[in-house]
Amino acid sequence: MAELQPAPSSYSSDEMMTVTAARFLSDGQVCFVGIGLPSEAANLARLSHAPNVVLIYESGTIGTRPDVLPLSIGDGELAEKAEFVVGVPEVFAYWLQAGRIDVGFLSAAQIDRFGNLNSTVVGEYEAPKVRLPGAGGAPEIATSAGEVIVMLRHSVRAFVPSVDFVTSVGFGRGGEGRPEGAGRGPTVVITDLGVLRPDESSNELTLVATHPGVSGEEVRVKTGWDLEVAPDLAVTDPPTDQELEILRDLKTRTEAAHSG
Amino acid sequence: MESSKQVKLTTLRDAIATLVPDGATVAMEGFTHLIPFAAGHEIIRQGKRDLILVRMTPDVIYDQMIGVGCARKLVFSWGGNPGVGSLHRFRDAVEHGHPHPLELEEHSHAGMAARYTAGASGLPFAILRAYIGTDLAKHTEMATIRCPFTGEELAAVPALSPDVTIIHAQQADRSGNVGMWGITGVQKEAALAARTTIVTVEEVVDELSPRGPNHVVLPSWTLAAVAPVPGGAHPSYAMGYSTRDNAFYTGWDEISRDRDVFDGWVEEHILGTEDHVSYMESIGRGEGIG
Repeated sequence: MAELQPAPSSYSSDEMMTVTAARFLSDGQVCFVGIGLPSEAANLARLSHAPNVVLIYESGTIGTRPDVLPLSIGDGELAEKAEFVVGVPEVFAYWLQAGRIDVGFLSAAQIDRFGNLNSTVVGEYEAPKVRLPGAGGAPEIATSAGEVIVMLRHSVRAFVPSVDFVTSVGFGRGGEGRPEGAGRGPTVVITDLGVLRPDESSNELTLVATHPGVSGEEVRVKTGWDLEVAPDLAVTDPPTDQELEILRDLKTRTEAAHSG
Repeated sequence: MESSKQVKLTTLRDAIATLVPDGATVAMEGFTHLIPFAAGHEIIRQGKRDLILVRMTPDVIYDQMIGVGCARKLVFSWGGNPGVGSLHRFRDAVEHGHPHPLELEEHSHAGMAARYTAGASGLPFAILRAYIGTDLAKHTEMATIRCPFTGEELAAVPALSPDVTIIHAQQADRSGNVGMWGITGVQKEAALAARTTIVTVEEVVDELSPRGPNHVVLPSWTLAAVAPVPGGAHPSYAMGYSTRDNAFYTGWDEISRDRDVFDGWVEEHILGTEDHVSYMESIGRGEGIG
């Protein structure tokens, strides 16, 4: 990225997060995309450095190239701009389960130190404090995709020592490792403050980079466990003018499309 | 094709009145696209109770049905307002037992899709590589099974065969054959898994004429009733006929957040209207109906 000029303009921490996440997607990869933050990042990647990325949404839209971000996983835009559309049983059986997905792109309400994700409940399952939407496609994306990129905003409520419910497995409750036959699991977690990766020996999420202007200590304060910080902590490259322009154009088009 | 099993074109009101008894297990499918909202509203109007509601993505349609007290149990895999946030009536039922407690049985999308596929196939259960390492396995109906050929351990989930499946499609011909296209979700499997299937359609045509990808046809002899309800998916959409009313989905958040506001909304717009045409007029969307 050395040849790209850093953006002189200011940018938000969410833009920094989206741009960073997009950079982790490589051209030509087949990506199973969750709605929300992952969808934004995956489409930014497609519109910038990864024009040949194949985006698959669980609504059965394969190879889709939406002009505006979908509000829901099944917006008409996704079907109209898809290479082809299949039924939901097929997308999970033939495409995800059969191992045709390189990267799963997920978010969640909670993540723990071993990369397990919760999108089911806060509190006890039988008497939840907050009932969240539930699993959707995530549990099988987490195990059947070659690897998983996770995006969520940093807070002690989201980054918890142990998730209240394992909706999608990372390295297991005790960090014991990946289930037999499963993909590599969460290889990177991108937040609005920095980038975490699982430690190769302990499987514990470790801070490997912070975004410009963010200190390692700030990230530790917003993490619900005693977060390990890599000795060679890096600083993320700020968004380029081009990345910001593409992202902002995409969001402007999206807002115009959804406000009608 | 004349057949003694040929489906009768009927009205939505008659179909719900005669084919959806209290206490039935009812699946209403449509994956964001083609959600049978008008049928859900008619179930509310007719005061159906004690239903076991089944749906992969119980979005606003089931929020409404749960909020008025139609359901005693929900079988599902993702319960949110897509792109907006929580389903407040669903959460109120689960978190506070309002208007009454709601029993839950939840799966992943892959599990639900496999369950419908088994139901449509006449099999007792489905196998899939799923639920690995999750707490869902402890809280749902599933078992593990060993492949007799390779020894691999796999998930087994029971077949799903609803008493009634209700879907919305773009077209029916005059014999009651149904055609739909675009994002068709799990509707073919849900329709063929059910004992009784009701379909609402945008339009009755002389010949099915798909105008989009992934055309799915359900022959009339697999269906119990077909009712023309133009715009019957609103605020969901029917590719080729309408677009998703994202503003309605966003606005639902405020309506559903408060019990009294929700009750008043249902009273005015669903219970206070005769049918789907008058409902659409009452919510200010009357022009969209053909």
